[in-house]
Amino acid sequence: MDNKHRWDLAGWVAERARQAGAGDVAVNLGVSREVEVSHRDGKVENLKESAQNTLQLEIYASGRYSAHATNDLRRQTLEKFIASAVAMTRYLTEDPYRRLPDPSLYQGRSDADLQIHDPAIATLTIEERLRRVREAEAAARAVSDRIISATASTSDAQQENLKLHSNGFSGEQREAYCTLAVEATVDDRHGGRPEDFAYAVTRRLADLPAAAAVGEEAARRALAKIGQVKISTGTYDLLVENRAAGRLISAVLGPMSARSVQQKNSCLDGKLGKKIASEKLTAADDPFISGGLGSRLFDSEGISARKRTMIEAGVLKQFYIDNYYGRKLGWKPTGGSLSNLGFSLGLRPLSDMIREVKKGVWIENFIGGNSNATTGDFSFGLMGFEIVDGALARPVNEMNLTGNLESFWNRLVELGSDAFAYSPVRVPSLWFKEIELSGL
Amino acid sequence: MSLNPKEASPLEAKLKEYLEHFGVGLETIRQVLAVALEKGGDYADLYFQHSVVNHLVLEDNAVNRAFTNVDYGVGIRVVRGDQTGYSFSEIIEPEAMKSAARTAAAIASGKRRLPPADMTPRSLPDQYPIKTPWEDVPVERKIPFLQEINSRVFALDRRVIKSRISFSDETSFILMATSDGRLAFDFQPMTQLAASCTAEENGRREQNHFDLAGRQGIEFYTPEAVERLANEAVRRTVALFEAVKPAGGEMAVVLAAGSSGILLHEAIGHGMEADFNRKQISIFSDKIGRPVAEKFVSIVDDGTNPHLRGSINVDDEANDSQKTFLVENGVLCSYLHDRISARHYRVRPTGSGRRESFRFMVLPRMRNTYMLPGPHTSEEIVRSVKRGLYAETFANGEVYIGAGDFTFYVKSGALIENGKITRPVKDINIIGNGPKVLSQVVMVGDDLRMAEGGWTCGKNGQGVPVSMGLPTVKVAAITVGGMCG
Repeated sequence: MDNKHRWDLAGWVAERARQAGAGDVAVNLGVSREVEVSHRDGKVENLKESAQNTLQLEIYASGRYSAHATNDLRRQTLEKFIASAVAMTRYLTEDPYRRLPDPSLYQGRSDADLQIHDPAIATLTIEERLRRVREAEAAARAVSDRIISATASTSDAQQENLKLHSNGFSGEQREAYCTLAVEATVDDRHGGRPEDFAYAVTRRLADLPAAAAVGEEAARRALAKIGQVKISTGTYDLLVENRAAGRLISAVLGPMSARSVQQKNSCLDGKLGKKIASEKLTAADDPFISGGLGSRLFDSEGISARKRTMIEAGVLKQFYIDNYYGRKLGWKPTGGSLSNLGFSLGLRPLSDMIREVKKGVWIENFIGGNSNATTGDFSFGLMGFEIVDGALARPVNEMNLTGNLESFWNRLVELGSDAFAYSPVRVPSLWFKEIELSGL
Repeated sequence: MSLNPKEASPLEAKLKEYLEHFGVGLETIRQVLAVALEKGGDYADLYFQHSVVNHLVLEDNAVNRAFTNVDYGVGIRVVRGDQTGYSFSEIIEPEAMKSAARTAAAIASGKRRLPPADMTPRSLPDQYPIKTPWEDVPVERKIPFLQEINSRVFALDRRVIKSRISFSDETSFILMATSDGRLAFDFQPMTQLAASCTAEENGRREQNHFDLAGRQGIEFYTPEAVERLANEAVRRTVALFEAVKPAGGEMAVVLAAGSSGILLHEAIGHGMEADFNRKQISIFSDKIGRPVAEKFVSIVDDGTNPHLRGSINVDDEANDSQKTFLVENGVLCSYLHDRISARHYRVRPTGSGRRESFRFMVLPRMRNTYMLPGPHTSEEIVRSVKRGLYAETFANGEVYIGAGDFTFYVKSGALIENGKITRPVKDINIIGNGPKVLSQVVMVGDDLRMAEGGWTCGKNGQGVPVSMGLPTVKVAAITVGGMCG
């Protein structure tokens, strides 16, 4: 189905739904094409190629709301799908807050070129993908004879999404991305088989790091885990590597949503304009980053994207406010979801900060754990390295980091210069002073 | 190859219904399998799926939103040795399927193989019969359940300030055809009813939830079930006002009977999935036949429990479901196999090949993982602990299968002091090492219970429904998250 046919289909769905009794409708039609290849033991392990469609229909029928998705786009089946969707909506309770966004929120849409649809990805051949995974696996293998297994995988996808609201919004976004990941497992010669990974995901094919570098990094990280120990329960400085730090940020993002506030499940309720973290922390939601993984011109509700400061010098400046919960709270919707989150960066990388730490732990990965958005309590498992007098000592595991968001984030003393590029949350490495860890 | 309706057995008549459901004939299936094998694959299969999910939510005292999701398509897999080619089509028509089959076939390069001349439907058990298919349960029949639970939640405790109730049901029709001539079809229902609430006391807020889930019909939600949903959601929430964080560090942990089975899922279950073992990347690789726990420890992964979330009449590559012993009397017994690993180890598949949907390749996965009852009573287990943690409800877990490091998150529990359960605790992570923790299981109760809630296991980006269970169990020492003592 080409672009014109997709617009025709979206228009037809909206029309049918309105004929069936929906007052307002939002139609979203997504198509994507994805290829994945993995390589292990010197040969292709998996090869997967697929194309898929998704149609989403939101119905606003005299204050009643429902949302429906299907991938079966045969018009005959869709007729029934739409009719039953509208019919079931009638049984729901009216909800005065359920309306499409005010059309003023659609205004002012930027026409910036976000650089998120690299045409080079569409022309990739199977041979190029195979060469990448072959090289990555071989590079991991070449690092040490202790490598038991290295699996290299690459994937790439192209997506096209179009959106139509019956109160005047229409928009289209095309995007693509490519990934490369290597998982390596090593023999610790005592029956243990520590593993680790390295990965990259980028919008532009040319930004993908060299395959060999990713393979080597995975192998190096896995080897460094040999001899992991659990160290004493106590107080440590924490250096959280950028790739792990996103986990800490997501614990803050949950309670930053209007939904969480309206449902009284946010530990940040009532904290607008107040200090919730150390003054070192400044973070802005920036939908316009060139090649950003979360870059966009409008969000999933059609609200025009704008750059906004979320936390400034530790002070909570705003919440993520979607259309529905914003209305319920009487707050102006600004967009309920994250695009890219950028941070005011420090001047030096993690490796420089380590030199100044007397007793600490460098966290390379979090494992499991969870956080409670209502109270801000959290507890995460961790792996990494002990830091003694400015140098890395033993690899550590089987330890937990437990605390409460507010007191924890107030102990942030420095951000690194190394924003993590492979996530929409572009957090750098973080240094926290005197944090309690439980271990032995 | 043709089916004569006059002579059709009940099984063949049923097969015909499934073929008609997907608008496909046996001759087309054979042709698509032929294309899949044209590059020399050893094996190919087709996995047709049509699923409908309904979701209904009550929030702020009104059932004010409903969601449905329809998924329809066929997954085509070609296997050569341990290599897999995969594609899927959302259009079930001969040309679209053949095109997907050609893509999957590219994993192999060799001489064309022929599809089977005959295909035989398999007779399956029925482990999840339901009275009324969910398709025939209209939304207006479900709404009163949400309203009833919501009213009860607010009536139970004045401190409750918010309640959210959600009702999900799913109906999945599956039809599989394999190049070794097997045909299997299954009707897989699923449902979940969940209540969560927030309570406030002296300006402090706490939130918790409770849910019931299974391969069940609407008859599952008896008046008693509705009452329990409300009671448990409120009880678990308000109990958190009293909760403290324990002093962290190594201590004895008593796992309450029930959803504590998450310990097994993370500490041993994943490590016993045979794909990790044939690649030699699990901490349990090369340990079959060795003692790993006390003699009173037996652990199974079972697809045959009536109505449980992880139960399957057949796995997702048309192999029989079964009860598989991972550990029997303390000795490591069997990995969980899919077709690829079973051939690698030259054993029979254990019916553990599962996938999230037609969009995904099969992987060895858990079903319902639990420990069989042991010789101790829960009272003597608690009494034996001088200082430790009693872990009761859980949120999630994770494992690194090579090193064996695993975690699970305790949403609520209590301290054990001098053999008695004392103050409640909340929000702490437990972290340990699989083989070490198994060897530290020093007492096993006689009170096996299965988890009641809707657990989903994630692996390689695929989620599948599972369940788990445990009698009361004592682990001698494990690291508990907490504050410095």
